[in-house]
Amino acid sequence: MASRDVEKLDLSFSGVPDKPKKDWVIVSLRILAFLATASATLVMALNKQNKHFVVATIGTTPITVSITAKFQHTPAFIFFVIANGVASLHSLVMIGVDILGPQFDYKGLKPVLIPILDMMSLVLASAGDGAATFMSELGRNGNSHARWDKICDKFESYCNRGGAALIASFIAIILLLVITVMSIHKLKPKK
Amino acid sequence: MESIAKARKICHLLLRFLAFGATLSAVIVMATSHEKASVLVFQVEAKYTNTPAFKYFVIANSVVTVYGFLILFLPPESLLWRLAAATDLVFTMLLVSSISAALAIAQVGKKGNSHAAWLPICNSVPKFCNQVTGALVVGAIALIIYMLLLLNSIHRVLDPVIFRKC
Repeated sequence: MASRDVEKLDLSFSGVPDKPKKDWVIVSLRILAFLATASATLVMALNKQNKHFVVATIGTTPITVSITAKFQHTPAFIFFVIANGVASLHSLVMIGVDILGPQFDYKGLKPVLIPILDMMSLVLASAGDGAATFMSELGRNGNSHARWDKICDKFESYCNRGGAALIASFIAIILLLVITVMSIHKLKPKK
Repeated sequence: MESIAKARKICHLLLRFLAFGATLSAVIVMATSHEKASVLVFQVEAKYTNTPAFKYFVIANSVVTVYGFLILFLPPESLLWRLAAATDLVFTMLLVSSISAALAIAQVGKKGNSHAAWLPICNSVPKFCNQVTGALVVGAIALIIYMLLLLNSIHRVLDPVIFRKC
């Protein structure tokens, strides 16, 4: 009995201080957010479709015009690509900070900077999303009042790929929101 | 020392009132923008309900107006300020996305899109375009005020001791 008690005492007073527990939840959420924003950026940036239209027929040879739909034609999509690119870069940097973080000392303003940057990238991604959503809705349905024709019936795969990028961006926004709330919660002084 | 705390409270209340006023004016200016014009042989009326983006802008700003009005009456020491910080974040996001969407559609209306054969409409309805621009500017001001308020409420939640001391 006495020897077991001595052993138990030896184990509890080991003398090595506990390392601060790394928060794996936030890191895995940031990795997911990085994947989502990066895929949204890439899918929209590589969105291109060529299509040949027959314009007129001279004799027996049809004259075809090739029209390309690119994402650069619309400023809203350019903003979408830039906003999601910035958000994915931010997620990448934050993953690095979270993994290498505990080595450095956090003093002064630095702990506050992380939630502020998280909020800024969340707001930016949300803005890019709003613009691109309504722009693609305009492309899909047109606007009869302003005499704007819809383009999605001619450029099917362009519209579908844009829609996929939008869905990825929506998922990224939800993840970024959860990450922001968690990193704000981490600022609370522990009692 | 009491006066600094009082000044803080008054400043905060003033900011909230300004934000409420800004979103309210954005709603009013956008909702009263309509203009009739005749293009070629058609009678065209430009209203904000023609585009879902402008409808979204009006709806989002009215929701934030109601929220801003209700939060003016929250007593400064209550525990509900944590909920206010969370709802502030959500409503700031809502404001951002609504302004961005309305801006995207308004840009197409002003400059057109040559690749999609969309002609600009601002030449035929200039008064409508100017009013929409005004509503967007006021919305942007409301967004900036709401971002400041968001930082303020997060600070208030995390460091309540500083707010109670002088």
